[in-house]
Amino acid sequence: MFKNLLIIGGQDKNENRELIGELYLEKGKIYTIVGPTGSGKTQLIEDIECLSDGFGLTKRKILIDDGISPQHLRSSYQNRLVSHLSQNMHFILDMSVINFLKMRLKCTNFPDDIKSVEKILEYANELSGEKILGHFSLTTLSGGQSRALMIADVAINGTTPIILIDEIENAGIDRLRAMKILVDSDKIVLVVTHDPLLALYGHKRIVMKNGGISKIINRNPYELSLLKQLHSINKVTETIRDDLRRGKQLEKECFYGL
Amino acid sequence: MKLVIAAGPPASGKTSILFKTIKYLKGFNAKIAVAKLDCLTSDDERVYEALNIPVITGLSENLCPDHFLAINIIEIFNWAKKSGADYLIVETAGLCNRCAPFIDRALNICLIDCLSSIKVPKKLGPIVTTSDIILISKVDMVSQAEREVFVYNLIQLNPTAQILEVNGLSGFGSQRVGNIILNSPSYDSIDGDILRHSMPSATCSYCVGEIRIGGMYQQGIINKMDFSKGSDFSYV
Ligand SMILES: Nc1nc2c(ncn2[C@@H]2O[C@H](COP(=O)(O)OP(=O)(O)OP(=O)(O)O)[C@@H](O)[C@H]2O)c(=O)[nH]1
Ligand SMILES: Nc1ncnc2c1ncn2[C@@H]1O[C@H](COP(=O)(O)OP(=O)(O)OP(=O)(O)O)[C@@H](O)[C@H]1O
Ligand SMILES: [Mg+2]
Ligand SMILES: [Mg+2]
Ligand SMILES: [Zn+2]
Repeated sequence: MFKNLLIIGGQDKNENRELIGELYLEKGKIYTIVGPTGSGKTQLIEDIECLSDGFGLTKRKILIDDGISPQHLRSSYQNRLVSHLSQNMHFILDMSVINFLKMRLKCTNFPDDIKSVEKILEYANELSGEKILGHFSLTTLSGGQSRALMIADVAINGTTPIILIDEIENAGIDRLRAMKILVDSDKIVLVVTHDPLLALYGHKRIVMKNGGISKIINRNPYELSLLKQLHSINKVTETIRDDLRRGKQLEKECFYGL
Repeated sequence: MKLVIAAGPPASGKTSILFKTIKYLKGFNAKIAVAKLDCLTSDDERVYEALNIPVITGLSENLCPDHFLAINIIEIFNWAKKSGADYLIVETAGLCNRCAPFIDRALNICLIDCLSSIKVPKKLGPIVTTSDIILISKVDMVSQAEREVFVYNLIQLNPTAQILEVNGLSGFGSQRVGNIILNSPSYDSIDGDILRHSMPSATCSYCVGEIRIGGMYQQGIINKMDFSKGSDFSYV
């Protein structure tokens, strides 16, 4: 659809020029948007989604492919840019996983071949702690299973070039793999989060302040090593959670790695 | 004056998204008036008042709110004009699936809650088929995959409407809705305009106050159920 997206800075809530004049968003990269509540995180995403033309609230301008104004992409649902994944999302249809996926592929004009249904399930099962089978009912999937299926679906079926993640819980899903699957699907991944682990996944952090982009932080090698440490701590917590759930007594010999 | 009619089932998120949209429009110095039509009671007036705009509430009581709108819309339009507004937004409940409150020249927005409507999109009647814009609310609650299937179904019902997803809590989508309103046509008067959908009227004796049940009290259009079609199981 396009190679990159360029945000031309506008103004903050006090109508002062935004500190960042230009920001490229590239496919295959994760961008974390951070900032206190009310600092303009949702507004920035809104500007991207509606491809602001410089006349909106923030006066930001969104261009594609090194400077083309994307007139033709504005406004229709089929051409929308952002798919959403959020912590509150549920599956609500009373159908089996396999029947839903088949119907979904048909509606969204993908060839209805059994292969891609299987691929979605395979991806989802890579992420989920508990295996998802095709005959399971959508509404009875666990939180982790649902999230895994949503991520796999967006990565494989998603027709939009941008994926927005609005927090994802850490229970029952391999988040590092999830991020990798999303990035490998050649999308721009935006993450809005207050969670340190999730925030550090971003190659770049977009810092919002008073309605404006105030800073861009590139993840440094130290932060990357911190991410890996946090990730292994997270894995230990997961194992302990699992063991507790299974009714085990925790012993020194369990080697939780602490 | 620009006229926007926003209709949708109770608690589908109309006020939440309109509130955010009006906030956005106020940034363009738009002078907005809001009329809220409901059946029995409504607290929305107080919500909108916080925006420092003229607000009025109309209660339809024992009438369907869509009929009530058709009866009162010209007066509401004149009220908004008199208050100096250049935008009139009417928020109205869409309760019965047989009627729709839309006026031919207005910007007609139908709001549906994807949590409750996704299962039976076919049940959504003229409110969906005659609208210009369909807003899908509470998109934060339902998976992207199911929403895409839902949108596919909505496109079958109304192929010309513009479909947008909104979140009344974060305000996501309000800027796009606002831009559509900013670009909608403006009218001096709506006299002589027509409804998009002809509404079924009060046609049986119960519509006009009859309370006794039984064949001898029934007059007008009587639509009896067909009992030959139920399931085959019986206790006798
Ligand atoms: N999760 C979620 N909740 C929402 C959203 N929009 C509205 N709500 C909630 O839904 C409830 C009803 O919202 P309202 O905006 O009052 O709905 P309404 O359609 O104006 O309701 P009536 O005027 O009473 O018919 C409130 O508790 C809102 O906080 C949304 O996008 N997501
Ligand atoms: N540059 C700006 N100029 C004017 N208003 C702005 C600007 N940026 C954001 N706003 C407004 O400020 C309000 C808060 O912004 P927003 O909802 O984006 O914050 P947020 O960071 O997403 O907050 P939360 O963490 O609570 O979700 C919104 O009404 C938004 O329209
Ligand atoms: Mg927000
Ligand atoms: Mg309301
Ligand atoms: Zn009615």
